[in-house]
Amino acid sequence: MNIVVCIKQVPDTSEVRINPETNTLIREGIQSIINPYDLHALEAGLQIRDGLGGKVIVLTMGPPQAENALRDAIAMGADEAVLLTDRAFAGADTWATAYTLAKAIEKLEADIILCGKQAIDGDTAQVGPEIAEFLAIPHIAYIKKIEEVKENYIRVHRLMDDGYDIVESSLPVLLTVVKELNNPRLPSLKGKMAAKKTEIKKTGHSDIGAEEDNIGLKGSPTQVKNIFAPDVKSDRIMLDGSSEEKVDKLIEELRRIKCI
Amino acid sequence: MYIVVKPDKCTGCEGCISSCPFDAIILQSGVAYINPEICQLCKACLGVCPEVAIAEIEDTPQSSATSHELSAYKGVWIFAEQRNGKVSSVSYELLGVGRKLSQELETELSAVLFGANEEEARELIKWGADRVYLCNDPLLEKFNDTPYADLLSRLIKEHKPAILLAGATPIGRSFIPRVAARVRTGLTADCTSLEIDKQTRSLFQVRPAFGGNIMATIICPNHRPQIATVRPRVMKRGEYNADRSGEILNIKAENLFSKTKVIDIIKEISELTVNLHEADVIVAGGRGLGDAKGVKLLEELAQALGGAIGASRAAVDEGWISYSHQIGQTGKTVCPKIYIACGISGAVQHLVGMQSSDIIIAINKNPEAPIFNVATYGIVGDLYEVVPLLIKKIKEVKGL
Ligand SMILES: Cc1cc2nc3c(=O)[nH]c(=O)nc-3n(C[C@H](O)[C@H](O)[C@H](O)COP(=O)(O)OP(=O)(O)OC[C@H]3O[C@@H](n4cnc5c(N)ncnc54)[C@H](O)[C@@H]3O)c2cc1C
Ligand SMILES: Nc1ncnc2c1ncn2[C@@H]1O[C@H](COP(=O)(O)O)[C@@H](O)[C@H]1O
Repeated sequence: MNIVVCIKQVPDTSEVRINPETNTLIREGIQSIINPYDLHALEAGLQIRDGLGGKVIVLTMGPPQAENALRDAIAMGADEAVLLTDRAFAGADTWATAYTLAKAIEKLEADIILCGKQAIDGDTAQVGPEIAEFLAIPHIAYIKKIEEVKENYIRVHRLMDDGYDIVESSLPVLLTVVKELNNPRLPSLKGKMAAKKTEIKKTGHSDIGAEEDNIGLKGSPTQVKNIFAPDVKSDRIMLDGSSEEKVDKLIEELRRIKCI
Repeated sequence: MYIVVKPDKCTGCEGCISSCPFDAIILQSGVAYINPEICQLCKACLGVCPEVAIAEIEDTPQSSATSHELSAYKGVWIFAEQRNGKVSSVSYELLGVGRKLSQELETELSAVLFGANEEEARELIKWGADRVYLCNDPLLEKFNDTPYADLLSRLIKEHKPAILLAGATPIGRSFIPRVAARVRTGLTADCTSLEIDKQTRSLFQVRPAFGGNIMATIICPNHRPQIATVRPRVMKRGEYNADRSGEILNIKAENLFSKTKVIDIIKEISELTVNLHEADVIVAGGRGLGDAKGVKLLEELAQALGGAIGASRAAVDEGWISYSHQIGQTGKTVCPKIYIACGISGAVQHLVGMQSSDIIIAINKNPEAPIFNVATYGIVGDLYEVVPLLIKKIKEVKGL
């Protein structure tokens, strides 16, 4: 069983802010982490491998330092790593990112491809399903439970707004996973040794046969026009007095604006 | 495109260095240098430089379509999703914003509906659609990505809409990316505002990024349709007119086929764990509840207001309430009319899931809690004192 897990290195977004006056990002000493959802995708991949045999290949597209994310994944137990890094990939939107990742995956003969539900920098949740489309294979999004995996069959629970769906599919298939699926393991000592030793080769666009018109900024249908700070509530009312008075004031306000 | 620092203008003030989310800028022999291997072209640094030493260099013009090709695409479409044959409320919100956009563009508004009946299609017309493309093939009753994507892509290729909107729901966010990949166009996720640019008549799509700390306007200049998923409960419904007429086109599903199969649909909604996305009122609790008994108290308040129960991750991690109630970055995103946060500090990961609620009421012991920064009404106090009073008074007002 060949299992490919797509991981992305992201800034720990809880720290990223925007300066409302200059409309620019403020980030001081923000760490790069593996996208939290991708850890759950990796854990799922490792569990399937541990049960059925085969190997887990982690794949990322990003700047050269994304190599650190791959080494962290090897420390957790991944067998191989592929780093897609190339000037020509810069500025990719989800279309171009998915195209590029799909091109790399074509060479890996994957049976199962796992992605996180979304990356916490862009929060788009689009790359996974788009990769599946480029590979012309089915996908199932928002997996919260993997009930059964066999050589050519998988049965999963897909989270929906009002509950979940039980879905089955043939392989190859792409799954995007939510946090409920599992608890990611910690790196093992053996894994940490492997992470140090493993050689991670840089792969560029010509190595995977990606067409220049489809990658990076040039291949991206969407563009960021501008960024700005979200509105802040300026009309906040702090209610004071005794608890009784505060609650009375709240009730009064809610009646005034016809909420109750 | 590249972003470069003009070394002759740079004074080495380092202002741009901290603006880069990717650590691509360093100081080299006294001037800033942008490492092109790391730069992601996000343009965050462009406005910061007091000397205007940072510039975009256009070297690879996008494979741009001719305006002739683009103008072949006309009209606004919305994808109306259904569960168990009932159109979801987000679809009516899409008709509301779709109507506004189609009026500005002076074009028609159409809805696409799969796996439901004509009655539901007629409702869409009453809510503002001029036309409904309806396919009631049984294969489309249960949501299934491949046949949905196949049929919608086919319709787009045949009829060429300029804009397509879908709900940013598990359904829309799962299969619309496949459609965008197939028709080779852009897709903007989870938009909270949509405007037509007067000059170019193209769509400005506004969405939160970086966990809601930043808003971005996205455009799709050279590809059509412009596709966006729209966050539920952000757009207002249009006007309902029972006399409105429109056209229903019945679409035949040919050659639909899928390697995935939906075996069963499990509902997990009881009265109080109702669909958080649909609730008008959400009463949410955090670590400040202290224990699982606190949830009972919130349930009482929710019941008095006819609302649902939400929770912070801390309350979920403590095991007081199940994950399906979690709100925030790794939980659900909600936008009710009233959100009551009880004993929640207001960590940014929680705020991103609820800060677009119409009215936020925060009850917290700590006057410095960041939840008060996003609150409409703030009460500093012990929730075990405030909430029971609130329940009592609401019951009085409502005559319960
Ligand atoms: C990658 C990542 C993803 C995350 N995703 C989410 C997410 O999706 N959702 C989420 O909620 N969090 C998320 N978190 C966690 C988040 O950072 C916070 O830890 C969490 O939201 C805190 O929950 P809390 O406000 O309930 O608890 P605390 O921060 O512990 O706050 C408890 C509050 O209750 C108040 N209080 C205590 N007793 C009382 C009382 N009797 N009456 C009134 N007030 C009282 C206190 O003053 C305090 O402000 C995430 C974190 C990370 C790193
Ligand atoms: N540059 C990338 N490299 C590898 N995987 C990625 C990349 N971008 C996105 N992904 C995968 O796609 C998922 C969804 O990302 P997104 O669509 O950006 O929210 C992530 O959780 C990753 O599994």
